[in-house]
Amino acid sequence: MIRLDNLHVELGKFALIDINMTIEDGEYFIIVGPTGAGKTVLLETIAGLNSVKKGAIWLKDREITDQKPEKRGVSIVYQDHALFPHLTVKDNILFGLKLRKKTSRELSAAQEWLADLLNISHLMNRKPRTLSGGERQKVALARALSTRPDVLLLDEPLSALDPETREAVQEELRKLHRTLKNTIIHVTHDFEEAMALGTRVAVIGEGQLRQVGTPEEVFQHPNSEFVARFVMARNILEGVAEKRNNDYTVFRVDGMELLSTSAFEGACRASIRAEDVLISRKPVVGSITNCFPATITQIVKKGWIFNVTVSLPPEVICLITRRYFEETKLEIGQPVYLIISPSSVNLFRG
Amino acid sequence: MFFKKLVSNKMNLIFGLLGLIILLFIAIPLGKMILGSDPGKLLDSLLDREVIGAIWLTLYAALIATVFGCLLGVPLAYLLSRYDFRGKRLLEGLIDVPIVVPHTAAGIALLFVFGRNFFIGKIFGHLGIQFVDSIAGIVIAMLFVSVPFLIDSAKEGFNKIDIRLEKVARSLGASPWQTFIKITLPLAWQSIVAGNIMMWARGISEFGAVIILAYYPMTAPTLIYQRFETLGLSYSQPIAALLIIVCVIAFIVLRMLVSRRNKHD
Repeated sequence: MIRLDNLHVELGKFALIDINMTIEDGEYFIIVGPTGAGKTVLLETIAGLNSVKKGAIWLKDREITDQKPEKRGVSIVYQDHALFPHLTVKDNILFGLKLRKKTSRELSAAQEWLADLLNISHLMNRKPRTLSGGERQKVALARALSTRPDVLLLDEPLSALDPETREAVQEELRKLHRTLKNTIIHVTHDFEEAMALGTRVAVIGEGQLRQVGTPEEVFQHPNSEFVARFVMARNILEGVAEKRNNDYTVFRVDGMELLSTSAFEGACRASIRAEDVLISRKPVVGSITNCFPATITQIVKKGWIFNVTVSLPPEVICLITRRYFEETKLEIGQPVYLIISPSSVNLFRG
Repeated sequence: MFFKKLVSNKMNLIFGLLGLIILLFIAIPLGKMILGSDPGKLLDSLLDREVIGAIWLTLYAALIATVFGCLLGVPLAYLLSRYDFRGKRLLEGLIDVPIVVPHTAAGIALLFVFGRNFFIGKIFGHLGIQFVDSIAGIVIAMLFVSVPFLIDSAKEGFNKIDIRLEKVARSLGASPWQTFIKITLPLAWQSIVAGNIMMWARGISEFGAVIILAYYPMTAPTLIYQRFETLGLSYSQPIAALLIIVCVIAFIVLRMLVSRRNKHD
């Protein structure tokens, strides 16, 4: 288990403020946030590469706040792999073990284990500059795992890779985690990556922890406008909520009443994912849902998807597939019905 | 091919002609000095023990200065590369001051500090080290005027290294010393060696600061000057030619060693 208690780090003009989180043993934990949010600073602080101004870091039952990086048992892998360019692949992956004065038999055993684990036995005598992006990433992972760290820190490990290699390395990471069951903290700015890999996700913005939860929780139920915008909720409305009964809350915005399953009272905001908004030519009758007449004001083609803006008012964006778009023959100015399930209306304090 | 490309573009042609002027400006005096020397006089210089002694003294005094410069300057270059602090610019400017001050003025400044009247000179005097008219004086004069070249080159070398390589090494269990020796130094060595060569070369050519501190024992530049003043151009020219030949051979060998090592990497 790794625990951060009221962590405060200052680095020039940037600061991480009051970071509190607990990462359980064996978790694949993702730290996600926009560029400049402080993700890498946090990761490097856990690795002992930045000094802590206030607060504490605990690893299992020992406090490591002021422990030197080389004593922590925490390995880091960077976005561009940071392989030692003057060493061969073999010397790169055995670097940490050689420092620990392992016998040649132990070194051979480790080399064999890592080569099999990451399928890199054919690369051993090559220099990093001759490797492809995916190969470099595998070597960097092998090197980080060689010392059997308690925690593996990954700083944007997929960002420098092309889409195909990214997919393959993503699968490799999943496999490694399944096999080794070690704690992984993975930093990324890509929420889709977080959804695909993480058991839990922490969203960081402007040096502060904004939300922690499962990827689905954060994706469907952002707790602030910052998180809602970061997970691309697209529709963020400002209004007033009033509890109707045990199951539903009414959210009033621009004279319109939206039913929500979020329990909330008073002034607040609602986030509605664009893909959760349906457009129909006919109204829905009978079921408990939000259904309103509206007018299409804008249609933007985005490859196989269309962004359709409709005005109730307020304006709401919805995503529809090309096939649906062609079937329904939607046009600007056309009157349609907007259907939003109450469970898709997420309320949070504005 | 290069010539064809050069001629096809007017701007490049003009730049090429301008460049040719400066190349000839460098090459003609050097060539005239070496090729224009009377072979007999050159041979006489080779057999002149005073000349050989002066050249030898110049080479090894510059080498000692370079060793000191490397030991003291490389750590400073590393710190300047890795850390930002208030007054850093000022410090970097101070390091480069010896390049811009007249070297006779540098010699006088050194004489003030390392002469017999200042406490530093006195302390060294008690330890049996005199700087006036001694090899130690030649070494510190060379050190003072040439160490900025080494520090700047080493700093550039450290700047080029991705700092994350050092961070990864630390997280894999390397102490700061181990990280420096196993990662930083091997990656910056080329710039450090280049800096050492530059410093050595600058040390060999130093004249102004050296004659103020130590006219005797005579280094090659001092001897060239003395022969020119007392015996004339024809007597100083062979020594100058000999010094240039020795230096050129030494630099070619060193450069070849550096580039060979680089290819192996």
